[in-house]
Amino acid sequence: MTDSNNVIQVDHVYKSYGKQKVLKGIDLTIKEGEIFGLLGPSGAGKTTLVKQLVGLEEVSSGEVRLLNEKQPSLSLIERIGYMAQSDALYTELSARENLEFFVSLYNLTKHQRKERIKEVMRVVDLEDAMDKVVADYSGGMKRRLSLAISMLHEPVILILDEPTVGMDPILRKSIWESFNALKKRGVTIIVTTHVMDEAEKCDRLGMIREGRLTAVGSPDELKKEADVKNLEAAFLVFGGVHYES
Amino acid sequence: MCLGAFTMRVKALVIRILRQFKRDKRTMALLIFAPILVLSLLYLVFGDDDYSPSIGLVDFPEEVVESLDLSGAVITIYEEEAAAFGDLDTQDLDAFVTLDDNQPHVTLEGSDPLINSAVLNWMQEAFGSLTGETERQVEATFVHGHEDMRHFDYFGPVLLGFFIFFFVFLISGVSFLRERTRGTLERLLSSPLRKWEIVIGYVIGFGLFTILQASIISAYSIFVLGMMMEGNFFYVLLITLCLSFSALTLGILLSSFAHNELQMIQFIPIVIVPQLFFSGLFNLDTISDWVSWIGRLTPLYYAADALRNVMVRGFGFEHVYIQLLILLGFSVVFVVLNIIVLRQHRKV
Repeated sequence: MTDSNNVIQVDHVYKSYGKQKVLKGIDLTIKEGEIFGLLGPSGAGKTTLVKQLVGLEEVSSGEVRLLNEKQPSLSLIERIGYMAQSDALYTELSARENLEFFVSLYNLTKHQRKERIKEVMRVVDLEDAMDKVVADYSGGMKRRLSLAISMLHEPVILILDEPTVGMDPILRKSIWESFNALKKRGVTIIVTTHVMDEAEKCDRLGMIREGRLTAVGSPDELKKEADVKNLEAAFLVFGGVHYES
Repeated sequence: MCLGAFTMRVKALVIRILRQFKRDKRTMALLIFAPILVLSLLYLVFGDDDYSPSIGLVDFPEEVVESLDLSGAVITIYEEEAAAFGDLDTQDLDAFVTLDDNQPHVTLEGSDPLINSAVLNWMQEAFGSLTGETERQVEATFVHGHEDMRHFDYFGPVLLGFFIFFFVFLISGVSFLRERTRGTLERLLSSPLRKWEIVIGYVIGFGLFTILQASIISAYSIFVLGMMMEGNFFYVLLITLCLSFSALTLGILLSSFAHNELQMIQFIPIVIVPQLFFSGLFNLDTISDWVSWIGRLTPLYYAADALRNVMVRGFGFEHVYIQLLILLGFSVVFVVLNIIVLRQHRKV
C-alpha cells in the first residue's frame, strides 16, 4: 500500500471537550476512489471525526491528513466537498439563488458556474424546482439541494454526513448511482449512515462506537469476522452486544 | 487575481444578503418603520410645546400684574408663599413667582422637564416684556428635578441614534445567529470564503441597507416630525451610518454567545438599554461618578454627542470627526473580535 494511494490518513486522533472524551485513538486510511461508510450509533463520534476531516474541528492530539496535507489547510478547501447533517440552506431564497451564491465562492468562470449548477441539479433530479423558494421544498428536496451544493466545485473528496436522510428508496437509489458514477471518476466519498442497506453499498465500512473504531473492512469481511449473516447483526456484535443467531 | 477573487466572493455574499432582505419584507419593514413609529409616538407624547403651565403669583403689587403679558398660562394670585407651596406639593400648581427687590424669582415643581421648559419659556416672555431684556436669565429654584432636563428636541438626537442602533443590532445579530444555527456558517467556512471576508461581506451588505434605513428615519424625524436640525443633514447620515456599523459588528459578535433568538433578545436589557442611560438622554453630570465612566465605553455615547452637536448646536465636521473616528474604532475592534471568534470554528 503506497502513500500516494491513501487519500485520507487519520493517525492516533484523540478529541476531548473538557473532561468528555469523544474520540479515543482513531487510526484510519481511506484510498482513492473508495466509498467509505462510517457506521455507528448517535453520539459515537461520527460527526466529530467527519468535521475533523473537513477541517472544521481540531484534533486534541494526533493528525488528520488529506491528499498528503495536514488539516486544517486552506489549500484543501477547494478539493473537499462537505455536506453537514443540517441542510445549511438559505430557505428564504430560491434554489437557483442558493446555488449562485455558493458557486461564486469558488474560482470559476461564469460559463463554468452555469454548467456546474445545471450539472449538480441534474444529478439530484431537481432541475424542475430550480426557481422554487427553498422554504417550499420538502425535507428530501432540501437534502438533495444540500448535496448538490456540496458537489458544485467538483471536489475530489466528498464528505457527507447522513446524506440520504428523509429520501425515499427510489431517490436514494438514484443518489447512490451518482455516487458510483463519481467514484468511477476517482472521487473519494465518505458517508456516515444509520441505514444498513446503504452500508452494504459501501466499499468499506468503519464501525465506530464510544469514540473507537471497533471494526474496519468490507461489508462481507465484517459479516465473516462477526460470523453473522447480515450487517445489522455484525453491527451489534462489534457494538459489544451479544448476538444469538 | 487574488484581490479579484476576494471582491467576487464578498460581492456574492453582499448580493445574497440583499436578496434575503428583499425576500424578508417583514424584517425590512421592522428596520425602517419600527423606529419611525416609536419616534412618532415619542413626538406625540413629548413634543407638545403648547402646554399652558399653571403659575402662581405671590404677593405681586396690582400694578405689576396689570403690566405683565400673562397669556399662555393659567394664573393664580396668592397672598402668601406657604399657600403657593402647598399647591405646588399637590401638583395643582406648576410653579410660582415671587419678587425679590423687583427681581422675579420662580420656584418650580420641577419633576417634569416638559413643564419646566414651558414655565421657563413663559417666564422669558412674560417678564422679558417687563424689563425689555429677552435674553436675561430668570432666577429659578427647582423643588424637584433640574433645569437641564429638556424635551423632544434635546433627546431626539439620542433617540434617533438609539433606535437605529437597537434595530440594526437585533437584526444583524439574529441573521448571523441563524447563519450558525442552520449550518450555513459551517458551509461558508468549508468554502474558500475567508473569515474576514464573511465579516466584511456582512458589514457591506447590511451597510448598504443601513444607509437606506438611516436616511429614511433621519429624514422622517427631521422633516416630518420637525426634530430640531441646525446643522448639515449629511453629517447626520454619516454619524448614523458609523453608529450602525458598530451596532452591526457588535450584533454579529454577541450572536456567537447566543444559542437561539430568545438568547439574542436577552442581550437587549444587558447591552442595549444601559447605553440609553449613559448616552446623554439623562444628564450625565447627575449620574454617580462610580458608574458615569460606563458611558465612554458605549458607541451610543459618542453618536449621541455627535448628533446633538450637529442637530441641536449646528456644529460642523470639526466637532464630530473625533466621535466618528471613535465609532469606526469600535467597529474595527468588533470586526477583529468577530474574526477571532470565527477561529473557534476553523483555525485557518
